Amino acid sequence: MALEIKQKGKVYDVCIVGSGAGGGMAAKVLSEAGLKVALLEAGPKYDPADPEQATQLKWPWQSPRRGASTTRPFGDFDAAYGGWEIDGEPYTTKDGTSFDWFRSRMVGGRTNHWGRISLRFGPRDFKHKSVDGHGDDWPISYDDVKPYYDRVDKMIGVFGSKEGIFNEPDGYFLPPPKPRLHELMIKQAGDRLNIPVIPARLSILTRSVNKDRAPCFFCSQCNRGCTVYGDFSSSSCLVKPAMKSGHVDLYTGAMVREVLTDDSGKATGVSYVDKSDLQEYEVKARVVVLAASACESARLLLNSKSPRFSNGLANGSGVVGKYLHDSTGASRGGFIPKLMDRKRYNEDGVGGMHVYIPWWLDNKKLDFARGYHVELGGGMHMPMYGFGFGMERLNGKYGGADGKMKEAGGYGAGLKNDYRRFFGATIGFAGRGECIAREDNYCEIDPSVVDKFGIPVLRFNYTWSEHEINQAKHMQDTFEQLIHEMGGIALGQKAGADTMYGLETPGRIIHEVGTTRMGDDPKRSVVNKFNQAHEVKNLFIVDGGPFVSQADKNPTWTILALSLRASEYIVSELKKQNI
Amino acid sequence: MDRRESLKALAVGSLSVGAILTGCDDKSKVKEDNKKPGGDDADVYGRTPEEKERDKKLKADKYFTDAEMKTITVLTALIIPADEHSGSAADAGVPAFIEFTVKDQPRHQLPLRGGLRWLDVYCLKHYNKPFVDCSKEQQTALLDHIAYPEKATPEFSQGVAFFTLMRNLTATGFYTSELGIKDLGYVGNRPNEWDGVPEDVLKQYGLAYEEKMLPIYLKIEDRGKLMTWED
Repeated sequence: MALEIKQKGKVYDVCIVGSGAGGGMAAKVLSEAGLKVALLEAGPKYDPADPEQATQLKWPWQSPRRGASTTRPFGDFDAAYGGWEIDGEPYTTKDGTSFDWFRSRMVGGRTNHWGRISLRFGPRDFKHKSVDGHGDDWPISYDDVKPYYDRVDKMIGVFGSKEGIFNEPDGYFLPPPKPRLHELMIKQAGDRLNIPVIPARLSILTRSVNKDRAPCFFCSQCNRGCTVYGDFSSSSCLVKPAMKSGHVDLYTGAMVREVLTDDSGKATGVSYVDKSDLQEYEVKARVVVLAASACESARLLLNSKSPRFSNGLANGSGVVGKYLHDSTGASRGGFIPKLMDRKRYNEDGVGGMHVYIPWWLDNKKLDFARGYHVELGGGMHMPMYGFGFGMERLNGKYGGADGKMKEAGGYGAGLKNDYRRFFGATIGFAGRGECIAREDNYCEIDPSVVDKFGIPVLRFNYTWSEHEINQAKHMQDTFEQLIHEMGGIALGQKAGADTMYGLETPGRIIHEVGTTRMGDDPKRSVVNKFNQAHEVKNLFIVDGGPFVSQADKNPTWTILALSLRASEYIVSELKKQNI
Repeated sequence: MDRRESLKALAVGSLSVGAILTGCDDKSKVKEDNKKPGGDDADVYGRTPEEKERDKKLKADKYFTDAEMKTITVLTALIIPADEHSGSAADAGVPAFIEFTVKDQPRHQLPLRGGLRWLDVYCLKHYNKPFVDCSKEQQTALLDHIAYPEKATPEFSQGVAFFTLMRNLTATGFYTSELGIKDLGYVGNRPNEWDGVPEDVLKQYGLAYEEKMLPIYLKIEDRGKLMTWED
């Protein structure tokens, strides 16, 4: 059959590429404003309540691999399809540097399995260059975004507590759940070390915010997707209501190839390959909104070349793909002897930590410019593949109930009893910090590699600077302090300079942003302060790409707030016939 | 290892075709349904079509020989034996889990196959018979050499590496089984109303919730009420 390009559907008001946090919010806001929307998603439909897709409340033995991560990177029951590697869709790296890119091809994208940590950026986070001279300021301030954060809080729901910390703005919170046992112990240690341990801020419904979603029932499995929609995922909280409006056509399995433009330089729609029939299609629209993820949207722009846009669409500045930055990450585990032989009770709680540590120090007194927050783990979790591994590194370290030391390792009834005794006695700390955005950390089009659809792929170049390495060193010291203060034993070897203090490979924290950054100067930025491309007035980018800096926070809540803000701007500009 | 690579490795592993698994000795009391690793067709656990296909293929293949399965069964029951609380790892179907796991994660195939052979050769040299035919005393005498990494002598280092892997897989297989989870006393994975650490546990550790935080935390009776905010 000859290859031809077919047009799909009518001419839409808006075509949105990607159905994650940014795309889902745009679909909801634009469709509720009465606009006709085409929502394109590269993966399949997904609804966590669909019995064929649901993994919530399954037992480990229902999986023959007991939840091992052989086919899904975060385990058999994790909701995310896709992962670090996708068959037929490679990416490459440059000059011996590393970058790991997590892609989740499905309705809702990566919001289906994330940690639900929903932190607002603070006043300093938008103007950090003015504070320390590094990177750039955003063209907008916290006050510009605050009203949108407020509305996202009420629309989606996030629990937390009002703390009055300047750079950790409070919001409209749902009541937080009480801390678990190990969390109380960490709080106690934090108090003695002057490290704040405060209620976590997670987008999980301790109380309902609307009639479509039931409150959390404390199974601790948000990463599996919630059958009662008690947590936030774009699929259940944004795409689903958007579909109800009747104004949205959802195209799944639609891998977008490029953004189309006309002679005047306006975007006219997108072209895509349909994965089910491998035919080429076009969708036409008055406005194009990219929300395919920071790197995927940059790839799309760079691949959308025309005589008018020889450097890629909206890339006269040459900035597309540059200033890529992911959160830093380092972690450490600890064993808490007093938590041995615990009384058993159901302490699953919500799907994540009930308390956390926001950044608490003054960087002027430190050898790195930006802060980090600390995420906490521990408790009597449901065993999964990997449970019990490494007992030989644990059961020789501490005496038995009779006080006698045992030989590490072993077998038989004594060993069996050790697994019971050590259940729920280990904790974990993970630091997540801000990396300073740099022009020389970037993704670009690999000149010689295409994916299975013939689309040129991304090539990454990314290194950590002294700021991130020194920050990781500080994290390691903090983790050890906390573990020792709790009377615990830090597990494994402390990561040293040889491993950059355990700093994770760039991309690994899955907070990558910055590739289409916003700014007032079209020579130094891709979009303006309303996420609108400087060079193409009817093209918007509402994923993490427009972030100028990513703060020591998880990006999702800010993606949602900015997408809400940009979407309302689109509605008003259309009304004014400006685009 | 990516999927294509693991499937390739799998094809190599499946050369060792044998009869249906019969390697359960009388003492291990393996029940019929425990011969399966879990995740059967009746167990829908949210697979994509590609994942379903892969599971099916892995289950249809066979890696370990009957003799090897017999040794694995004896070893798992020695590592986690039956006691007054619960049955053994063999009772919990761990051998079938290990068979599935080496097909799912082929990097474990060689260390386990080679390790089982190492075990048998040692027994042949010292007792003139393979491991499974040795007396329990002979079996545990050998395990005493390889089950304690910190005191094991260098000539047993390969045995230690093998046994550590066996212990890990046995423990994971056992505690992710229905029998093992019950043994461990894990009581979650069901709808619950989390209202904090039980009072007696707080007392045991000398801890308490801060007075000033109590009005802020979720009151469990409010859970069903729609949230509203005063502006």
